[in-house]
Amino acid sequence: MSENVYIIGAGIHPFGRTDGRSGREQGVYAVREALGDAGLEWPDIECAYGGSAAAGNADIMVNELGLTSLPFTNVANGCATGGSALAASQQAIASGMYDLALAVGFDKHPRGAFNAKPADYGLPEWYGQTGMMLTTQFFALKIQRYMQLHGISRTTLGRVAEKAFRNGTITPHAWRRSPVDLDTIMNAPMINDPLTKYMFCSPAEGAVALILASEKKMRELGADGVKIRAVSVKTRPPNSFEVFQASISIEEGGKPTVLASKAAFEKAGIGPEDISVAQLQDTESGAEIMHMAENGFCKDGEQEEWLANGWTEIGGGKLPVNTDGGCLACGEPIGASGLRQVYENVTQLRGRAGERQVPEKNGRKVRFGYSHVYGAPGLSGVAILERE
Amino acid sequence: MGEKIDPNLWSDGPQPQLMGGKLPSGQIVFPMPVGDAAQGVEPHKLSRRGTLWSWTSQGFLPKEPYEGPGSGPGEGPPDFQPFLIGYVELPGEVIVESRIVDARLEDLHLGMELEFCVVPFNARYDTFAFRPVAAAESQAA
Repeated sequence: MSENVYIIGAGIHPFGRTDGRSGREQGVYAVREALGDAGLEWPDIECAYGGSAAAGNADIMVNELGLTSLPFTNVANGCATGGSALAASQQAIASGMYDLALAVGFDKHPRGAFNAKPADYGLPEWYGQTGMMLTTQFFALKIQRYMQLHGISRTTLGRVAEKAFRNGTITPHAWRRSPVDLDTIMNAPMINDPLTKYMFCSPAEGAVALILASEKKMRELGADGVKIRAVSVKTRPPNSFEVFQASISIEEGGKPTVLASKAAFEKAGIGPEDISVAQLQDTESGAEIMHMAENGFCKDGEQEEWLANGWTEIGGGKLPVNTDGGCLACGEPIGASGLRQVYENVTQLRGRAGERQVPEKNGRKVRFGYSHVYGAPGLSGVAILERE
Repeated sequence: MGEKIDPNLWSDGPQPQLMGGKLPSGQIVFPMPVGDAAQGVEPHKLSRRGTLWSWTSQGFLPKEPYEGPGSGPGEGPPDFQPFLIGYVELPGEVIVESRIVDARLEDLHLGMELEFCVVPFNARYDTFAFRPVAAAESQAA
């Protein structure tokens, strides 16, 4: 039997663009915020896991934080870097080996779309030379087919973005803080049909740090902890359809998100109906829609009704989704993005989300928070947190 | 005709075909694997006919390693030519990602019949694409 693990400190460096501050410096800022939140000093931390995709190694942060000789493992797992850092630090404590661990993610990307190298993904050069090495195309190709098969309208894509920007206006750590109306979103330049400019998130900058503790340590410190009920990271099963694929099997395969979601719900011993607030990977509007179904919150096609009725709004009646504006309003610093979702759930479960606080529903407190991240080359991470 | 963008991507001759691979399990993959991954994989010429599985448009100039119009020295976004891209289901074989040519975005629909073709890509290279069967037949007429 493994130990219970709690998040007792959460820190964030605002997302967006911060000229003059490196990605790693933003990481250090987030760690200091998290330490302050937990009432700890850096020498208290016993082990650390962290990384970035484009802003260097995390373990160099000890230069600024202090040379305490702690084991610091660099994590490089694409979009799941944060999720993997969280899973590793959770395991470090659950195993009973440590009482206090740090999970940290940060990044700083150049402007414009990501430019991945074909060889890094086991693809031939022609795939990039001819203009297929683009994550945005994958998202468009996946939602285009989904819309045809399940009757999702373009307006519903627009509503997802409209909600994200609205939530961003009341989120201090968000990048996009101004509302954008549905007409503007729908009539913006087309990037990859059916997705317009405002339906995509942009690469950005930012950092998040979380401090994890054993139950014993949390009680000893009298800390304000949120319990990690389940963490699950899954890579793709056979015949799945993922980003950067020159071909897909004609046999329809499984999905890493479905696998990670089912495993997390099973570990937690609860179901989708128990969740009070969810952060779902929304690299673009279509992803949020498809991930609502892949994570078990609705059936394929029901999103049309959900969005039309505002059921994913804060206080919208069913399930608030991406309460801080998600990737659409916060941007996507790859190494930090998955941890931002967890940060947001910690903030919501502690009741500290201010204007964007999810309200109690029918006298039921905000108890379970769900976060989901997806990335190349086809892996998903899910975390379920509980306010006891 | 330019050079092939990859010498092993499609077969030569008047009716070229994309080169896939047949795994020992019988599953067809594309492209044909190279190096150690090619062990036990039989080269397999893919069907020239298929149906549209999904599609999108490319509306902005991709960064490197893109080598199409707009990517050359002294070129930029104004030189970029938007293009269509999709997945084409080759019945009983595999679903391949490809450029879609000789079609307008608004004409594309699931299950649309498409045919393989070789098209100019840049000053040096040709690449592969699929085009609507109707367009192929009207050009032949």
